[in-house]
Amino acid sequence: MAQLSYFFSVYGSLVNFIGINALLALSLYVTLSAGQLSLGNAAFAGIGGYTAGILTTRFGVPYMMSLLAGALVAALVGFLLGMPVLRLRGVFLAMATLSFGEVVRIAAVNLKITGGAEGLMGMPTHTKTWFIYLMIIGVCYFLAKLRYSSVGWSFESIREDETAASAMGINTTYYKTLAFTIGAFIAGLAGAMYAHLNYIITPGEFGFSAAVNLLIYCIVGGSRVWYGPVLGAALLTALPEILRGIGVTAGPIRMFVNGLILLIVILFLPNGLVSLFQHRKTADASVLACVGIGEE
Amino acid sequence: MNLLLQQLINGLFIGSVYGLFAVGYTLVFGVLDILNLAHPAVFTLGGLTALWLVETAGLRLWQAFPIAVLVAGLLGLLLDRVAFAPLRQRADTYFSGLISSIAMAIMFESVALGLFGAHTVRFPANTVPLHIWRFAGVTVTSLQVEIVAVALLLMVGLTQFLKHSRTGKAIRAVAENDRMARLLGIHVDGIIAFTFFISSALGGAAGILFGLYFDSLSPDMGRSIELKGLAVIVLGGMGSIPGAIAGGLAFGLSEVLTVAITGTSNLRDAVAFAVLFAILLLRPSGILGRGRMREA
Repeated sequence: MAQLSYFFSVYGSLVNFIGINALLALSLYVTLSAGQLSLGNAAFAGIGGYTAGILTTRFGVPYMMSLLAGALVAALVGFLLGMPVLRLRGVFLAMATLSFGEVVRIAAVNLKITGGAEGLMGMPTHTKTWFIYLMIIGVCYFLAKLRYSSVGWSFESIREDETAASAMGINTTYYKTLAFTIGAFIAGLAGAMYAHLNYIITPGEFGFSAAVNLLIYCIVGGSRVWYGPVLGAALLTALPEILRGIGVTAGPIRMFVNGLILLIVILFLPNGLVSLFQHRKTADASVLACVGIGEE
Repeated sequence: MNLLLQQLINGLFIGSVYGLFAVGYTLVFGVLDILNLAHPAVFTLGGLTALWLVETAGLRLWQAFPIAVLVAGLLGLLLDRVAFAPLRQRADTYFSGLISSIAMAIMFESVALGLFGAHTVRFPANTVPLHIWRFAGVTVTSLQVEIVAVALLLMVGLTQFLKHSRTGKAIRAVAENDRMARLLGIHVDGIIAFTFFISSALGGAAGILFGLYFDSLSPDMGRSIELKGLAVIVLGGMGSIPGAIAGGLAFGLSEVLTVAITGTSNLRDAVAFAVLFAILLLRPSGILGRGRMREA
């Protein structure tokens, strides 16, 4: 127990950051599971974080209410944004969400109510480690259930082939917008919790590089199963500490290792690190599922 | 009035550098339908290599420029061999190519950090002899004129090369339909590698000109132009070279005009991204695009 409390006094904030990043990665996982590449999830986290932070600091709204409000506002923005942009595909969707994210960031820099470039300060630090992980468990449970529901199968079919899915009678616009909105909700929740973890949030934390980092978590961990993004976020958030542990302190080398891991994963493990732990049999089954045989 | 004229001229100067950067970006997209997010990192390394050649190796700028451009081109070849060629046969090559280019971008940036340090550096004071001309209340420096001249020369050169030379025609054939090009006896793999060489060489040249224009270079300078480059190629139409040139100039002008009209530089980028967002929604093929939208 003493060791545990020592561990937390040293690595407590790392454990918290892993949790927040895992939640954010899960938010992107939902969008990716419907085959949509969004670079706007960091901005949704920003919207959630600023909404919650403004509510608690300016209007004295209770913490839990502010979390819910942050997540709902992010989901609403996600819904409104999703309707027009989800007509775009692939790289074009990525760029549209990216430019949306930049507009949100620049708005946060320029608005008075968000505290400008210095950021929003004075949030009560109510977010506790146990609560973050409780939320992760809840979200994971929801996503694991969702995967084998009819909604999950619709997402999967859109991911595999959007044209074929719509030919099968799946309302692709509805399901894509749904995936986008759920993703925005989770991102907004994570952002709202993050705002009450740190006392301060700044616009830069929700910019382009944050959006790319989320994508990297999902790819490195694996974006086909819900525990992939959690694994990726945990590994890559802890990586600087791990490298410090084995004696690498130079910043550039850490960054290089980050890039190298990503490259190796995309070249040799296209389904992410989780495919290392899966039995070959299930891998074969998923290949068969792709071509439409096997699997009931 | 003179102030406005001065702003317009400045916008044209910086716009030509944006155009040069975007031409390389869009060339790869036109041929492969892949967004090469490592392009900004090559841009940075091109500029820093030229600086090293001038400062440490003691070369004159006109000697250093072609060598640094060659180095940038070789980085492009490396990019193609390591990050893109192995993924070419994969079904999700657009997506995985995007990811592996992010991985290469991270590694290139870490190399730049490791070799040159995190601080901002500049070319020595007398690298380019400076003349200042004033007429009608407008100030123009010889450096600005040289930058525009070099940028325009390279862009026009590329256009002519693609139009008339045998290799240029082969590049266009591969961009149109790589399978058909292969059937016609074009060495597709070699053409793609060569395309990366040209694209990255132009990116490196843009990096050198950017460093001269703003009189500062740093390992993260690619980030400031990365999103602008994306905006430019979407504005001009993905894959369109004349579109990228026109888009670059339009973007440079819109930046200075936003500053001139609003009186602050805060909203400069917001206008650009709002325009990008609107174009993606209303006319995804861009202003000079080919009128069809690829499902990349």
